[in-house]
Amino acid sequence: MSPVSKSGAAIAAARAEGRPALICYLPAGFPDVQGTIDAAVAMAENGADIIEVGIPYSDPVMDGSVIQAATVQSLVQGFKVAQVFDIVKGITERCSATVMIMTYWNPVLRMGVDEFARRLAEAGGAGLITPDLVPDEAAEWFEASDKYGLDRVFLVAPSSTEARMKATVAASRGFVYCVSIMGVTGARDTVSDAAAAVVAAAHAAGAENACVGLGVSARKHVEEIGAYSDGVIVGTALVAALRDGGVEAVGRLTAELSGRAAKV
Amino acid sequence: MTPKTGDPDMGGNQPTPAEASSLRHAAGPYFGDYGGRWMPESLIAAMDELTETFEAAKADPSFIAEVKELNKNYSGRPSLLTEAKRFGAAAGGVRVFLKREDLNHTGSHKINNVLGQALLAKRMGKTRIIAETGAGQHGVASATAAALMGLECVVYMGAEDTRRQSLNVARMQLLGATVIPVTAGSQTLKDAINEALRDWVANVGNTHYLLGTAAGGHPFPAMVRYFHEVIGEEAREQIIAQTGRLPDAVAACIGGGSNAIGIFHGFLDDAEVELYGFEAGGDGVGTDRHAATITLGKPGVLHGAKSYLMQDDDGQTIESHSISAGLDYPGVGPEHAYLADIGRVNYEPITDTEAMDAFSLLCRTEGIIPAIESSHALAGVLKIAERKIAAGVVPEETIIVANLSGRGDKDVGTAAEWFNLIDNAQKDAK
Repeated sequence: MSPVSKSGAAIAAARAEGRPALICYLPAGFPDVQGTIDAAVAMAENGADIIEVGIPYSDPVMDGSVIQAATVQSLVQGFKVAQVFDIVKGITERCSATVMIMTYWNPVLRMGVDEFARRLAEAGGAGLITPDLVPDEAAEWFEASDKYGLDRVFLVAPSSTEARMKATVAASRGFVYCVSIMGVTGARDTVSDAAAAVVAAAHAAGAENACVGLGVSARKHVEEIGAYSDGVIVGTALVAALRDGGVEAVGRLTAELSGRAAKV
Repeated sequence: MTPKTGDPDMGGNQPTPAEASSLRHAAGPYFGDYGGRWMPESLIAAMDELTETFEAAKADPSFIAEVKELNKNYSGRPSLLTEAKRFGAAAGGVRVFLKREDLNHTGSHKINNVLGQALLAKRMGKTRIIAETGAGQHGVASATAAALMGLECVVYMGAEDTRRQSLNVARMQLLGATVIPVTAGSQTLKDAINEALRDWVANVGNTHYLLGTAAGGHPFPAMVRYFHEVIGEEAREQIIAQTGRLPDAVAACIGGGSNAIGIFHGFLDDAEVELYGFEAGGDGVGTDRHAATITLGKPGVLHGAKSYLMQDDDGQTIESHSISAGLDYPGVGPEHAYLADIGRVNYEPITDTEAMDAFSLLCRTEGIIPAIESSHALAGVLKIAERKIAAGVVPEETIIVANLSGRGDKDVGTAAEWFNLIDNAQKDAK
């Protein structure tokens, strides 16, 4: 992994403190554009190392009902893809967290991969997490991410073969996103045993940073997963907190997840 | 990404000579710049397993024999090729032949694909199949294949469609399937596919996703086409047997494009045969209510493949509209996108009104009630005939084959409403 990687540096800094990195997701434009920025800043102030801003998309096949409801609301309110750059800029201007965009691929393709990458870099973003883009189809993204110095985070799953694990780790920069279960996003009581195996396989395939997402919702998960992985990704639980209790609730949950006292 | 064409090892029941210029038996994953696998890593292993199973099955004479046996003694193949003389007379005197997929068991071409894929599911040791459906035709066909082969079957259907097509929901339930209404997103076919994909990600160990059209990630476009190639092979033999020559044109309707790619495949390498795909023009392509994906869409990725796509400037999928639920899909199979770009197939929109006029004409001239989907192809035949006659052909020496992909029993309610038959019947009763 490249030393210039912003997300790699954020994970290394957490490691230096003897803890896993905390990676927090929220959808762009939910509850509205300013609300996304405020919630992200609250996440950063309460222990998030990396903020993952999701672009609402009409056909989110990897998302469960909570995130779908939030992204549908954002789209119904008229969210436009270009606003995600305002959000990234708004966050990076107010805090030191590393900001990445999580996006299904068609919105990037529609804007043009190079154009999207250029604007993301200009806004201060660190890179992209791409749930429906596999390295096999990512030639354009390799070129653009190299050109603009952006991280590219691909997913690996319990079903990934050793060969695909190696290829995906080699293609990634920053970290690899280990899908903990065969399923879609959504908070679950327990995190599947498969997660440890996926992380072990990613490390064996040469990944410096293997982070775990899907189903992570509580401090106990962070501790459990943090024991064997380099970072923990939380989405649905934070979106539900934002939905039910606003920015303050997001700050409180992030503090709880990171094991700190809340700053709200 | 060079198109991989003409590889004789890549299948078909009757491999053609390996000509570099052949468009037949394109193996995927790419068709020109289209196709591929734009989908979550979680599903890639299952797609690889399916690809391997499919490639091994195509090379296995016992599998080919099993498909042929089911096609013959279960579906009722070969389907007839019927000359529609009175319809032809109404089309200016050209000779029109109908490939009668409406006569297959379950009433459409869909059975060809579901039987083949259900056999593959069994070969993979899967015990459960899931499917998406719009109007319910593919759902009914999937439930049928599942019943025949002893597989559990779950069908995802937009909640709005389950209300409009309650009889088809009952048909699927009679066949032992579970129908799950999808309330996510726009509650249409594309959302049913999204929900099926979510189910597949979570249950991929024991579940095969029986996709109903020649779209999706590799190997679906090439595989679904393979199971429908029989349409074109039969049609080509039949038209030569009945008229002594190849047709001047072949017409089919296009939603995802499975019936069309099936019949086109038989004629792809016959350069003198014009091929026409008729998309759903809805209220007209000048309005925002249509499903004319190739005519007006732009390249993008949806449901696993790169192809033409109805999308806005942000890459969000636009909802499609058509009187025909089977054509009401904002995407199209990637091989069609390629055939459009290279100019081998002409794709044109047909409005709801044009389709329903052709529907009515076939009912009254031939005693055949066509599916509204297939009526788009029939309306297309009328347009092709008009143009050819205007260009000076001898009508009675002009031969057009249309794929009558399904029967219209399911559409009687829609048609009765369209033609105001219910109101008239009530008036007559008074």
